Amino acid sequence: MGAETGERPAAVHAEGIVKRYGPTVALDGARLTVRPGEAHALVGRNGAGKSTLVSVLTGMARPDAGRVTFDGAPAPAWGDTAAWRRRVACVHQRSMTVPELTVAENLYLGRFPGGRTIRWRALRERARALLAEYGVEADPAARIKDLGVEQRQFVEIARALSCGARLLVLDEPTARLDARGIARLFGKLRELRDQGVAFLFISHHLQEVHELCDTVTVFRDARHVLTAPVPGLAEDALVAAMTGEEAAAARQPRAGARTVREAVLQTEGLAVDGHFAPLDLTVRGGEVVGLAGGAAGGGTAIGQTLAGLRAPDGGRITVCGRPVRTGSVPHALDAGIGYVPEDRHREGLVPGRSVAENATLTVTGRLGPLGTVLPSRTREFARRMIAALDIRTTGPGQPVSGLSGGNQQKVVVARALARDPAVLVAVRPTNGVDVRSKEALLGVVREVADRGSGAVIVSDELDDLRICDRVLAVFHGRVTAEFAAGWHDHELVAAMEGMTGTGGPDGPPDTGRTAAPDTGRTAAPARPATDGTEGTAP
Amino acid sequence: MTETASPPATRRPGTAAPRRRPRVGPGRWRDLSLVPVIFVLGVIGFIVSPAFLTGDNLIGVVQQSTELGLLVLGEALILISGRMDLSLESTIGLAPVLALWLVTPAHGARFAGLGLLPSWTAVPLCLAVGAAVGATNGFLILTLRVNGFIATLGMLTMLRGLQVGISEGRSIGDVPDSFAYLGKADWLGIPAAVWICLALFALGGAALGCLRHGRALYAVGGNPEAARAAGIRVDRLTWTVLTLGGVLAAFAGILYTGHYGAVSASQGNGWIFQVFAAAVIGGIGLKGGRGTLFGALTGVLTLQLVINVMTLAGVPPLWTQFLNGLIIIIALVISRFTSGEKQD
Repeated sequence: MGAETGERPAAVHAEGIVKRYGPTVALDGARLTVRPGEAHALVGRNGAGKSTLVSVLTGMARPDAGRVTFDGAPAPAWGDTAAWRRRVACVHQRSMTVPELTVAENLYLGRFPGGRTIRWRALRERARALLAEYGVEADPAARIKDLGVEQRQFVEIARALSCGARLLVLDEPTARLDARGIARLFGKLRELRDQGVAFLFISHHLQEVHELCDTVTVFRDARHVLTAPVPGLAEDALVAAMTGEEAAAARQPRAGARTVREAVLQTEGLAVDGHFAPLDLTVRGGEVVGLAGGAAGGGTAIGQTLAGLRAPDGGRITVCGRPVRTGSVPHALDAGIGYVPEDRHREGLVPGRSVAENATLTVTGRLGPLGTVLPSRTREFARRMIAALDIRTTGPGQPVSGLSGGNQQKVVVARALARDPAVLVAVRPTNGVDVRSKEALLGVVREVADRGSGAVIVSDELDDLRICDRVLAVFHGRVTAEFAAGWHDHELVAAMEGMTGTGGPDGPPDTGRTAAPDTGRTAAPARPATDGTEGTAP
Repeated sequence: MTETASPPATRRPGTAAPRRRPRVGPGRWRDLSLVPVIFVLGVIGFIVSPAFLTGDNLIGVVQQSTELGLLVLGEALILISGRMDLSLESTIGLAPVLALWLVTPAHGARFAGLGLLPSWTAVPLCLAVGAAVGATNGFLILTLRVNGFIATLGMLTMLRGLQVGISEGRSIGDVPDSFAYLGKADWLGIPAAVWICLALFALGGAALGCLRHGRALYAVGGNPEAARAAGIRVDRLTWTVLTLGGVLAAFAGILYTGHYGAVSASQGNGWIFQVFAAAVIGGIGLKGGRGTLFGALTGVLTLQLVINVMTLAGVPPLWTQFLNGLIIIIALVISRFTSGEKQD
């Protein structure tokens, strides 16, 4: 179906793309066709292979197998950056501009026009003309760092297109923008489409796909699942394609008649200005509570505050009825709060050290008398952890950097469980791990709860939230809706996106997806505030 | 906190497959990578000069290694915790000078001190000065959050200047007996400084291997964010290590002063390069979280042996600087490949 292109060859056509990173298969026979002038959305869960496909399509990664053609002609040789740039333009998720240089310099970075010397006046003129061509209002002499996120992105788009490509790849371009910025970006993209530019638009946000795109392709587990025209495609069908039938079948509401136990974790009015509004949360023993929301929607900050990494501006935390000193990790640990950080590379692991050392980092006080840590006992403890969590390693002494992502994550979970916590706080515990490890990790969290501890999962992954007994949707730092087990995907996705939850805000659907994910850094959301869009505590 | 923790029993049926016993990986031998180098240096020394393999010469080499060794010990701990302290080379000179200045009487000696305190306080004073310097570094780096490299470089220059100012640029020869004892004494026929240095290295090695705070240093140096999330008090620990580094440098100053019977105005001047070279050759990572004290010790011995062999071989003095640098680079390259690790 993908090769059928009508009268004009496809702007880009890829088929049979295979890409492996070590033992991980990132793309398995993937295919994709974007017709000229088409706005094509690429959606899928984390780890579905979207980013890898972008790398392959932009010449940044070399596929192990498969074929890519642009306008019917084979893709340029691998490594011929200039030729790739003439074919395809890409705006990456992370800004690829040099903040200290001017707009003009950034536009012509590495390809200054003219001879050996740079003629600044001419360069600025050219830059001005280029920006005008794409309708970007920015002073060529301004430094990039003085520009707003949105203008920076427009400059990147102009730069990307100035090499002559008629295909623009946008990797989660809205992640850095607030609602108004997104509206303007979409306006700009529609203009460009009218000029005949084709897009490949990558987003987690289905609302944006509906708003902007003609066609959508869904990837799941490194494979192509579906390509369909957007109009007339039900959101349920899209979500089903992203999540997969087997996942939907595996979803079973947890047994409702669970013995009600004591509250293990309680917060009263816990708040961090600019991150989340006062939060009253009660987690009972044996219960898994999900906080559903995007990474920057306040959930991560809640997790960090519970773990003591972040001092709250107000409120109390109690564990098993005893108050916990907030803002101190040792106190939180002693109180019985185990923490699985969001980013295992940044906050989870000490890469050069062994599995044993990493897994026992929180329990060094218990591995020998008088402040000693006996290596034999460390190894013994680690061995039991390795067996309990089924960590694939050559032994406790293996450096943790040599493990696969899933097994690294298990080590982080082991570290959190090492002290037998009363409550486990896990932020995106299955971030970037393969399907098998994901099941295992979630199984571990479930078992922790089944043995009487409480667990909090902060995540925007539906699979993570599926094991929860109840799920609170957090949008812009506020709990906007609560779901008992057995919720429907679309309800929860809608609530996470800030669309009408159960009695939530009632914004018009086209601006419903207003995620200004970095409410902490940028100005307050631009839309007139409805209930769900205020990022800060009053 | 002596109860034994046991991991929660999350074992599930079917996952209890017996695991292979871990093999001893090459990592085990990384620490020993300089031992063959030391051996080869010994053979070269034996060929170059019959005086090399004599007790006096070898003891001399070891004795000269002690002061550098203590600085390397301090620097190694600081480097493992992910920081660096350049001011150690000034502390080794300043701490004795300040202590002597406070205890030497104002009249009747070539060096006019303040005479504020009795002479037995010289040793504790010297160590306190070292601790103060380390704590100041900690204040600059951890409280004010300024760049550690430049801050300690500034301290290096400032403290050197303070020493020159106080001593008026001259050597101080009137050293109290208590101050000179450790550097001069022989225990069991071997200089006391050597015993002490070995003991401190053993103590440090044991602490890094078997004490929770020692183990935590690797976590702090390897990934401070992760250490913090695991409940380690990162700043407190770093502060302690910086202070300890200052104390060790001051102690090295005591040994050095005792050994030569005087504090020269340039005591320790230019040593920091050798300190870093010995640490890196010995496998301490400059980015933190990597290396062992045994490796650092072999690094020190390697450097001192090279210098000794060069001296015995009668290298013209005008060429020693060139050869010194050359040999450090060669040693660096050798240790990089024998350990098989990138030194970044």
